[in-house]
Amino acid sequence: MDTLATQTETNLITAAGICKTYRQPDHAGRLVLDHVDFALKEGEIVAILGKSGSGKSTFLRIVAGLTPPTEGNVRYRGRPVDGPAQGIAMVFQSFALFPWLTVLGNVELGLEAQGVPRDERRRRAIAAIDLIGLDGFESAYPKELSGGMRQRVGFARALVVNPDVLLLDEPFSALDVLTAETLRGDIMDLWIDRRVPTKGIIFVSHNIEEAVEIADRIIIFGSDPGCIRAEIPVPMPRPREWSSPAFRRIVDEVYTLLTTVPGREATRRGTRADTLSMQYRLPGASIQQLVGLLDALTAPPFNGRADLPHLADNENLATDDLMVLIEALQLLNFAQVGGGDIEVTPLGRSFVDADLQRRKQIFADSLMRNIGFIVHIRRILDERPGHAAPEARFLGELEDHLSEEEAQRVLETVINWGRYAELFAYDYDRGVLSLENP
Amino acid sequence: MQQRWGLPIVAWPSRLRPSFWDGIALPLVIGVIMLIAWASQQMSAPYHPGQPLPISLDPRYLPQYGIRTVLRMIAALGAALVFSLAYAAVAAKSKRAEKILIPILDILQSVPILGFLSITVTGFIALFPGSLLGYECAAIFAIFTSQAWNMTFSLYQSFIAVPGDLREAARMYHLSPWQSFWQLEVPFALPQLIWNMMMSVSGGWFFVVASEAISVSNNQVLLPGIGSYISLAIDQRDLGAVAYAILTMLVLILIYDQLLFRPLLAWAQRFKVEEIGEDEIEPPWFLVMVQRARVIRLLTGAAGTGATLLGRATRHVPWPQAQPARPRRAAAAGDALWNALLLAVAAGALIGIGSYIHAEVSLHEVARVVLLGLATLTRVIVLIALAALVWVPVGVWIGLRPRLARHVQPIIQFLAAFPANLFFPIVVSAIVVYKLNPEIWLSPLMILGTQWYILFNVIAGTLALPTDYQLVAGNLGVRNILWWRRLVLPGIFPAFVTGAVTASGGSWNASIVAEVAKWGNTTLQATGIGAYIAQMTEKGDFPRLALGITVLCLYVLLFNRLLWRRLYHLAEERLRLD
Repeated sequence: MDTLATQTETNLITAAGICKTYRQPDHAGRLVLDHVDFALKEGEIVAILGKSGSGKSTFLRIVAGLTPPTEGNVRYRGRPVDGPAQGIAMVFQSFALFPWLTVLGNVELGLEAQGVPRDERRRRAIAAIDLIGLDGFESAYPKELSGGMRQRVGFARALVVNPDVLLLDEPFSALDVLTAETLRGDIMDLWIDRRVPTKGIIFVSHNIEEAVEIADRIIIFGSDPGCIRAEIPVPMPRPREWSSPAFRRIVDEVYTLLTTVPGREATRRGTRADTLSMQYRLPGASIQQLVGLLDALTAPPFNGRADLPHLADNENLATDDLMVLIEALQLLNFAQVGGGDIEVTPLGRSFVDADLQRRKQIFADSLMRNIGFIVHIRRILDERPGHAAPEARFLGELEDHLSEEEAQRVLETVINWGRYAELFAYDYDRGVLSLENP
Repeated sequence: MQQRWGLPIVAWPSRLRPSFWDGIALPLVIGVIMLIAWASQQMSAPYHPGQPLPISLDPRYLPQYGIRTVLRMIAALGAALVFSLAYAAVAAKSKRAEKILIPILDILQSVPILGFLSITVTGFIALFPGSLLGYECAAIFAIFTSQAWNMTFSLYQSFIAVPGDLREAARMYHLSPWQSFWQLEVPFALPQLIWNMMMSVSGGWFFVVASEAISVSNNQVLLPGIGSYISLAIDQRDLGAVAYAILTMLVLILIYDQLLFRPLLAWAQRFKVEEIGEDEIEPPWFLVMVQRARVIRLLTGAAGTGATLLGRATRHVPWPQAQPARPRRAAAAGDALWNALLLAVAAGALIGIGSYIHAEVSLHEVARVVLLGLATLTRVIVLIALAALVWVPVGVWIGLRPRLARHVQPIIQFLAAFPANLFFPIVVSAIVVYKLNPEIWLSPLMILGTQWYILFNVIAGTLALPTDYQLVAGNLGVRNILWWRRLVLPGIFPAFVTGAVTASGGSWNASIVAEVAKWGNTTLQATGIGAYIAQMTEKGDFPRLALGITVLCLYVLLFNRLLWRRLYHLAEERLRLD
């Protein structure tokens, strides 16, 4: 095989030992990326998949030069990246178009910044607009356009600067299914027919099928802290048929990798009650959805066992939402995942069969057995003389491990679950958790 | 560099052929240029203290006075715009500067500006000896201070709220900091800025009127303008002249509304990031003209080309980035040093002010001034309560009728912009004629101009109440007291608080001109800190003036912190509709 040096030369992007720590106002640093090594070769599309909070977007921004890594370095064609580099362009999930510029103005933006003369600027912008299928909309403002059209502007703005490397940050996830499919197809056609000079694409997604359709290689990020957990090559000719067995097999494999909790996390959960620690980022699953999914799982056609992609399809759930629910079901010991399938446990079944009051009891028992943080809250409330404690206290504890936003979200989930299970009460106005019965 | 440096306009293509609108636009443009030339000549006319400036009560002179007043206003607005862009940009880009600039702004915003007029005048006169320009600058500065703070706040808040993805896009596509300031940050801030400018100008008319008659150590200078005209009318007890002045102001504000703000507001729509709903504004006629007339297009085109060239030229000029990467320990040490420096300066200033006042004024007098402040505080509270009692039901009644509200709202905006001090002579002459108690009857003057903010906001709040809520209330038979307590009052509370904050701030300020009033030789006076400040201003007694202003500022700050902030917070947390 090649030596490292020659490999680096053929790589478009090389990222070595990337760590990222976010510093919080009065807490210690929080590690979001832990020693990530990555390379993008010429002519390659790499998809990055992971749960929300796995740091995949942060990683993309580090590659883009928008965020500096705390440790490690990124090289683009051998040159260190220490800011947005010429030759790398990015397409954003939220489109990030300037609302006060027309389609033409938005597409010209990057050229204008480079100081390209007006006539050439106009010519190239119009060519890019035609290429992406927006002719006729040059003078429209972004708010006049539908989501799909707006993202086309986003692509035109990126392609007009003739980027060597294209970074896509969930470019289709703000679009409806049909629109996303059309746009994805159009972009892939440009790539396959070599009508754009782009040599490589890094593509962050949470849609498994989408990633399998597009990528030459899929990288799966694990969470807390973000790291590369697995790498799956997709050696299939294009165009790829979603229903072909080879395609389904890879989809199943990715599902399994994303939903089972391997390695360290498995041992952590081996002795659950006291070790599912504070820093565990509880999934923000709503009770209604959990119950709904359990009901659907136990009913025909699944009868207690379901293929995950099939379940997502049947229940009309986005992959992201499904992940959250499945993680919660696993944490509560209501279901197990293996080999791309999910199976309801006996406990889950007894929950489904129970009436409303009994369900709350089962839920409460399961929380007290499995979720360390809820056990912790109960213990504190039991010990306190007034059986009450301010939420700020618990929020502070969470913030030692999670970002402010995440901590807020986890606490909200805990309060929701705890209220449903009637383990404790919560007074919004005073911001107090207590054992009193309202 | 590869770009061509040619004249901005190289050809005369067909799109530049004159249009119908040019017939209107061309004379307007030339007229404005000539006006500015004339006025700047007048403003810098030679002048020596004590020399009387001829002001005539003849209504024929009113248009001329009106123009002088408007130009003062425009000069102040321009200065405020430049100031706020610079101040907000620095505050938004440097963490250290932010730490001190924002609290300063917060205090400046709630400080009664009128009190400072006589202090600043001396400085400006010294700056331009032997010319009227010093007095003009003092007046313009007073107007400036009434406009700049809230514009700066709005800009700062917009600058720090620029969506992260747009910022990233700007960086990703290599916009220089200068380019992204003008192409991203300023456009993003525009809609809110224009709205705040409109409020500022509305407030500014009040100060224009109040600042044209400047008294420096027992020597009054009347700058030609509507404010001076009315002050002369008061001296000569001429109610007819007062009426003429009011009429002129009415026309001026109408023109300003039609020519400046309706068009600006409509134009700013396109800078809004969120989707536009059905409340899209019909383009006003003046905007249509500006957009269609070739003359104006040529002018703006040239300006745009200039800006682009400047953008290119400054592409490599360093500019403070959001967070410069510095070694953490050095940064922490620097922060500590900076904080210590700020503390030292603040302590020094406190001691300085304290000793300045203490040298002249006894503690006994300080206590008296604090009590005077209490009297004014009582007035403000009672007046806001009374205004709420009157305008909340009226506002809700109007707000429940959206068609009516649409017609009424521009009128109220107009009333809020109208400088209430023009009406003071009418009220005061009535108090003199009917021998009313000034302690009570001067008070309403404080809220005369600011009460409209309550009405305006209550209407807006009621309009924003979802119709569903009203249907539910009707369906459940919720009526009378219960309807108010459970539906309307909580529903409009956030809007009411916003209105009341503005109204109370304005009332504090107005106390300086409202607690003392003149009608010819008769002087009416109410007990209060506003009257104290007005007296000391007239006497030129600076230590006591400083004392009065300091105490007033403290009252305003405490009142805001202890009452309005809390109510605001409550409204934000609990009663927001979303």
